[in-house]
Amino acid sequence: MAIEPTVRVQADNFDLTAETGKLTADRFDIGAVVTFTGLCRDEGGQLSALELEHYPGMAEAEITRIARQAAQRWSLTGLTVIHRHGKIAPGENIVLVIAASAHRQAAFDAANYLMDFLKTRAPFWKKEHLKAGGDKGWVDAKDHDEEALTRWDQS
Amino acid sequence: MIIRYFAWVREKAGREEETLSPPETVKTVADLIAYLATIDDNHAAAFEEANAIRVAIDQEHVEHDALIAGAREVAFFPPMTGG
Repeated sequence: MAIEPTVRVQADNFDLTAETGKLTADRFDIGAVVTFTGLCRDEGGQLSALELEHYPGMAEAEITRIARQAAQRWSLTGLTVIHRHGKIAPGENIVLVIAASAHRQAAFDAANYLMDFLKTRAPFWKKEHLKAGGDKGWVDAKDHDEEALTRWDQS
Repeated sequence: MIIRYFAWVREKAGREEETLSPPETVKTVADLIAYLATIDDNHAAAFEEANAIRVAIDQEHVEHDALIAGAREVAFFPPMTGG
């Protein structure tokens, strides 16, 4: 039976070590843990912050849908996804995916799949705030993010 | 029905949400967009690039040809930039 993923959408930062520990504590069947952390870049020193707007309720629901699909598709022992919202300064964390499995390929693939779908399906929008003052507007979605999804099509 | 707006659609519409009852001739998401665009200049600006706008009905993604019958909440927003 597929595991039930842990999904959180929060303003606060997260602790990678603590979150990984929750998936691995008192277990002896896990051979692989893959973690992905997305951080805020300053885009060559230009940005003072990224503002992440989200759709409360749907953000959690959509990430949970994507995470359950990954848990159905790969044999995982645990899966945690945390996505932050609000104003995030360069160098700070934005998103965390942790996938645990008996063997490495399932964990690698599930983490990769999660990030590809989060990019284009999770209802978050980024606005760039400038060090010089004001903002640079909303970040445009990238075509290559949409194209990346096709590699997960099952034939 | 509650209409919600996010990111630049929200900024152009000049509101986060509103409650309204569209006429019965409004059947699909595309019909609803066309109807909302007639409300005032702000709404017209929000829906100017209608094809770029993504839609969720009751917090699930749908296409513009989806039927809105029974929807409690319809949200309009730009392509997402999560992760």
